[in-house]
Amino acid sequence: MEWKHVDGEDRGKVNFFALSTCIWCRKTKALLNRLGVDYYYIDVDLVTGDDVDKVRDEMGRWNPMLSFPTIIIDDDKVIIGYREQELKEALGYGDK
Amino acid sequence: MGINKEDIEKLYEEKKVEAESSGYKLNPDVDFTLGLMEGLLINEKRYGYQSCPCRLASGKIEEDQDIICPCDYRDADVAQYGSCYCGLYVSQEIANGDAQIQPIPERRGENEEHKGVDSSFSSSLSLPVWRCKVCGYLCARQQPPEACPICKAKKEKFERFM
Ligand code: SF4
Ligand SMILES: [Zn+2]
Repeated sequence: MEWKHVDGEDRGKVNFFALSTCIWCRKTKALLNRLGVDYYYIDVDLVTGDDVDKVRDEMGRWNPMLSFPTIIIDDDKVIIGYREQELKEALGYGDK
Repeated sequence: MGINKEDIEKLYEEKKVEAESSGYKLNPDVDFTLGLMEGLLINEKRYGYQSCPCRLASGKIEEDQDIICPCDYRDADVAQYGSCYCGLYVSQEIANGDAQIQPIPERRGENEEHKGVDSSFSSSLSLPVWRCKVCGYLCARQQPPEACPICKAKKEKFERFM
């Protein structure tokens, strides 16, 4: 299972479960890129083989609905859906 | 992902005509809407049907029936939140720019029967029936439609019939 890494400013561990086709996930990626934050993401719809169950299990622990985007910050805070302000604040960019 | 621009625009035109002829509105943000068309076409290419771009499909049509666009949750979400889950179909208010799209909680899986057949005879009987006072059109759904698909009368012209 391969997480993609986007290099940037360290604001804690940011793991983002995405779908390659989801417009709100695209917006989330654009926002994270614009903020310049360091994060990892995985396009769950592009996962194949044995990893399909693995990624669903892992994601399900944070969001049993398996809905997108799901962002986990520091293995603790879970943000579901495109919530721009909430996400910015959680990453310490509240004023940006 | 190998989807060409003409196909995206063609689907957009089709969806737009279909929506407007049946009393629905597409999101007026064209770039956004084209992005969703691309997602639908990618899904059609890999799964064989246009499943919702913002949801994880299983790839098995029996399990994804409810999320083939337009999905079973569109009407309830447009009525409650002003747009469908993806933001493709919007209320008149949002289409006019008088309200903003908001993040919508996932409705799928609320009642655990979503996998496959949830449109059984008995469950459709449990929905209220609405009547268009202008043309007499009847429909069974949680809320009356934004506009009558037959005569385009507004939601307010509907009365509870059953
Ligand atoms: S949420 Fe909107 S775009 Fe997605 S399947 Fe339903 S109607 Fe189509
Ligand atoms: Zn009517």
